[in-house]
Amino acid sequence: MKCQFCSNPATVHLTDIVDSHKKELHLCQSCAEQHHLIQKQELNLPAILQSLIGQHLGPQTDELARLTCPACGIKYMEFRAQGRLGCPHDYVVFRAGLAPLLQRIHRSNHHLGKFPQRSVLAPEQQAELVELRRRLQSAIDREAYEEAARLRDLLRRKGCHG
Amino acid sequence: MNLDSLTHTSGEWLRGSGPESDIVISSRIRLARNLAAFPFTNRASNGQKAEIEALLRERVAKLELEPKLSYLSIPALSSLDRQLLVERQLISRELAAADGPRGVALTPQETISLMVNEEDHLRLQVMRSGYSLEEAWQEIDRVDDLLEQRITYAFSEEFGYLTACPTNVGTGMRASVMLHLPALEYTKQIEKVFRALQKINLAVRGLYGEGSRASGHFYQISNQITLGKSEANILNEIQSVIPQIITYERQARLSWLRDNRQGLQDKIARAYGTLCSATMMTSEETMDLLSAVRLGINLHLIEEITIPTVNELFIYTQPAHLQKLRGASLDGEERNAARASYLRQRLREAGAHPN
Repeated sequence: MKCQFCSNPATVHLTDIVDSHKKELHLCQSCAEQHHLIQKQELNLPAILQSLIGQHLGPQTDELARLTCPACGIKYMEFRAQGRLGCPHDYVVFRAGLAPLLQRIHRSNHHLGKFPQRSVLAPEQQAELVELRRRLQSAIDREAYEEAARLRDLLRRKGCHG
Repeated sequence: MNLDSLTHTSGEWLRGSGPESDIVISSRIRLARNLAAFPFTNRASNGQKAEIEALLRERVAKLELEPKLSYLSIPALSSLDRQLLVERQLISRELAAADGPRGVALTPQETISLMVNEEDHLRLQVMRSGYSLEEAWQEIDRVDDLLEQRITYAFSEEFGYLTACPTNVGTGMRASVMLHLPALEYTKQIEKVFRALQKINLAVRGLYGEGSRASGHFYQISNQITLGKSEANILNEIQSVIPQIITYERQARLSWLRDNRQGLQDKIARAYGTLCSATMMTSEETMDLLSAVRLGINLHLIEEITIPTVNELFIYTQPAHLQKLRGASLDGEERNAARASYLRQRLREAGAHPN
């Protein structure tokens, strides 16, 4: 079967059912991509990210694979599998893997845009706050209310209001 | 905010006015922001999401904006109301379908929408009718500044605004322009335009974003790169190509008119005739026919109906809007009948009182 847009062989076959009417499309990969007809799931963004990450890791992979963010608890491999980071501090912890990935996605790895007008929290402060919040959540889950109250106080003292 | 009121208006982006509105439907900018002290949404417990929501809701309520934003909790909405907000582009399909505490703050004119607990804690969006990216940027920048006075954003000097997905980090900005390009599609030049855009890292999507089809010949063009360029730079890159695409589309329309006026006239008249008299109509066919009618109005080949009316019909014939208007839940076949009957009625009214 040939692609409906060009003469290449059709490898992507889509069936759209809109209001109980069936519509079929047969396309080659490149036309399907150009028309943005391949759904997110089929495009499998995490897999693409994973392959991008893989390409740039090489010998560092083992070291990176062992990394876990102390603040939110996400493992580097989990990020690789899902394509989503766990917390702002991951940008510090996974830096070795992220910098080449960002270079590949954005052709740059340094911010040139807007800066918040207020002074921003240092990375360590951000990480500490995320970690305190995680401990608070786990205390609540364990019904350790005294510990939870203590952590809440601590967060408040650190001036954390969002 | 009563969502039923949305079915009496067509919303900012379909107002059908603004610069270049014969081709540019709307301009939209969104910013992704996160709170410094919380895990990203996908890693947050429901308890944390509730905390994030409460905190953002409180801060947003205090914003010095006129008119005030109204907050809607998504879990409290029926699935029909969620779908209604998606059809109006006020929330994403992802936010409609997600789990846990989440919501959206909206202005009554639907120009600003702030999504809470989407992929990022906060997704700001500003929409304008026609080609007004610059104006949209001024507005969203101002809202972002106001929010930032009350919220500590996750930000690093190196990587900028930190986001759950590395594809949004840096400015966190996605600027997009929605274009109606029937003539470029008809003359098969659209592929060329897409290829050129891809080369300069601009993405082309259908009407409802990622993965959606370009029904009704509507295309959204947006930046892909968010890191390593300033917001002004990103906007400049988009603004440097949109006028060219507008010119190409106008040229394609004129040469279509010149080479095959009768054929074009017939296509438009048939589209209008079908809309006026069919008794069953899918939303896809409606989009295609309204697209032809819209083109006909812009080329002065059809006088019975105006652009704002066509724009209204585009949105009111979407499934959730239709069901809201009918005040009943309808299955596919019933929707097709209701859609056709609604179109017949509106076009009869419009034809009787052309304005």
